[in-house]
Amino acid sequence: MATESENLESLVNRRYEHGFITDIETDSLPPGLNEDVVRAISARKHEPPFMLEWRLQAYRQWLEMKEPKWAHVHYPKIDYNEISYFSAPKSDEDRPKSLDEVDPKLLETYDKLGIPLHERARLAGVAVDAVFDSVSVATTFKEKLSEAGVIFCSFSEAVQEYPDLVQKYLGTVVPRRDNFFAALNAAVFSDGSFVYIPKGVRCPMELSTYFRINAANTGQFERTLIIADEGSHVSYLEGCTAPMRDENQLHAAVVELIALKDAEIKYSTVQNWYPGDENGVGGIYNFVTKRGDCRGANSKISWTQVETGSAITWKYPSCLLRGDNSVGEFYSVAVANNMQQADTGTKMIHIGRNTSSTIVSKGISAGRAENAYRGLVRVMPQAHGARNHTQCDSLLIGKQCGAHTFPYMEIKNPSARVEHEATTSKISADQLFYCRQRGLSEEDAVNMIVNGFCKEVFKELPMEFAVEAQALLNVSLEGAVG
Amino acid sequence: MLEITDLKSRIGDSEILRGLSLSVKAGEVHAIMGPNGSGKSTLAQVIAGHEDYEVTGGTVTYEGHDLLELEPEERAREGIFLGFQYPVEIPGVNNAYLLKAAVNAKRKHQGLGEVDAFEFLKLAREKMAVLGMDPKFLNRGVNEGFSGGEKKRNEILQMAMLEPSLAILDETDSGLDIDALKAVAAGVNALRSPERAIILVTHYQRLLDYVQPDYVHVLSQGRIVRSGDKSLALELEERGYEWVREAANA
Repeated sequence: MATESENLESLVNRRYEHGFITDIETDSLPPGLNEDVVRAISARKHEPPFMLEWRLQAYRQWLEMKEPKWAHVHYPKIDYNEISYFSAPKSDEDRPKSLDEVDPKLLETYDKLGIPLHERARLAGVAVDAVFDSVSVATTFKEKLSEAGVIFCSFSEAVQEYPDLVQKYLGTVVPRRDNFFAALNAAVFSDGSFVYIPKGVRCPMELSTYFRINAANTGQFERTLIIADEGSHVSYLEGCTAPMRDENQLHAAVVELIALKDAEIKYSTVQNWYPGDENGVGGIYNFVTKRGDCRGANSKISWTQVETGSAITWKYPSCLLRGDNSVGEFYSVAVANNMQQADTGTKMIHIGRNTSSTIVSKGISAGRAENAYRGLVRVMPQAHGARNHTQCDSLLIGKQCGAHTFPYMEIKNPSARVEHEATTSKISADQLFYCRQRGLSEEDAVNMIVNGFCKEVFKELPMEFAVEAQALLNVSLEGAVG
Repeated sequence: MLEITDLKSRIGDSEILRGLSLSVKAGEVHAIMGPNGSGKSTLAQVIAGHEDYEVTGGTVTYEGHDLLELEPEERAREGIFLGFQYPVEIPGVNNAYLLKAAVNAKRKHQGLGEVDAFEFLKLAREKMAVLGMDPKFLNRGVNEGFSGGEKKRNEILQMAMLEPSLAILDETDSGLDIDALKAVAAGVNALRSPERAIILVTHYQRLLDYVQPDYVHVLSQGRIVRSGDKSLALELEERGYEWVREAANA
């Protein structure tokens, strides 16, 4: 039986395939953090005074905050003065006007990631705003989007071109002082994506951003702000990978979503940051604050995430259900292997009347990994008729991994209906033998079982992303038979 | 087709097969009977290649090759099918998906192209009609929430789709009502052909009323102690296993 579980472990221990480093001259700030660094970042980005002021206040608030310790993760103390807070490819001064002008090495990087911008974008109808380290280098389909009145650009560009929108919405969902990492991000964020969908517009294509940390010792602090105005609809895809390095890298992003009356935002993430090696050396610390605000009546925000990477994941995409009849959804697959640690889940805050939320969380643990689901369902006193359904399943592969579930429920309105279901299962030797006796290799059998386990979440992903997510878990596509 | 000589096998510390020999030719149907713990299921598992069973002696040749050298999935692709006594549930994995993957794994091994979804469905529906199975079965999770009878029918469906050269059915008849038993028998009889061999592992001769075996073997304490034709099964039914055991010890 020992060999059985070793086999299982070797199956899930695959080499990280995106571990390459692009050799490009970069323009970085020296490591360290103080007010001058914050000023320097703002100056390099030619930001208006309100932005600098906002950053400085965040920095001062951050200085007084403490790193959170409640998550079920362990890591050595981070020295925030060893991190470089800004890194941009040198070509920043004369940014490329089209893909043809983009540094071929960058394009090569995207190719290795499996996102050939040219083909992929055209075939799939996806507009990609690719963030390479800290500066957005290529944006496609901008024209088609602008015809529809959709704004989709880098955050820096939005600060220049649409300062009123930025000023109106920035920090209104995740306040500067929300938490330690959000405050740090607010002080030093370098770039990210900005989306505005005007009233009544259904965004004509899926919007997609690929994030990638390249330069060594660079924390990546992006900030994404998506505003769906009344009656609009948008689906946003985010994919992440990072090269292999021995030292740990910090990634502290903030994502804010705002859905006004009758608007809908669907936000999908495939996160494949470098997880470190099998002994836990290297890998990304992924400390991210993602929150959506269903501000208007009948609005809907849906988070779908497939988290396979990062040494440590600390992430709780949440929904504030403020509008009456608003809907929040959270679908998650979190894989933790080797020495990876994941503490992830969601918060559903029911504020408006007749709000409803759905949580489906699938945690897969292998190797010596620790995988925790942490979820909060809060029903405020005024939230009459709130409904929540939570389903939380864990799958264990091997004998040394752990799965933990921390559900919190705070129900302050007696009319609420809240359901919680949880299961834990293992891939059994019997299941594998059964599949092998039917001619499947052990690897295919594991993939098939894992894929079956995740099916409810994968079906929430946009088609091309679902394919990628499955490939990420190295599973073969389940045929749409029947 | 299958030549087993002096096979010895154990699980953990307990020796289960103690020098079993059996020869099965294409076109034959063999029934293996015997009391609980006599080694019937072990024999089936060893032929299929379950890693928990250690082979400590003897040889198994299949189609002229050393079967014990092969991984379980290789044996399956070479045409060996085991109908499980307790088919496992695989939640969330579509029954049709496993079935199609199995069919294509074998076809690939044979150098044939994969069947597409359309061909596959057509074939599966034909086979299911023979077995009296609702086509909705295909869209359910593998054995997920199936009744005992449904699980066994599902095994027979897989067998029908995979068209094995050597099918071993491990107590497929146990716990079935008469309708399910007839359906299973119909599936087995449909598979009978001069190119194929079938081994039925069973407790009772009930199944043998519907599937006529060419040979009946009685297993006791890890050895075949008696072989004969169908009349042996009837005799067993009448006189019980105690009779064989006594005969074996005599």
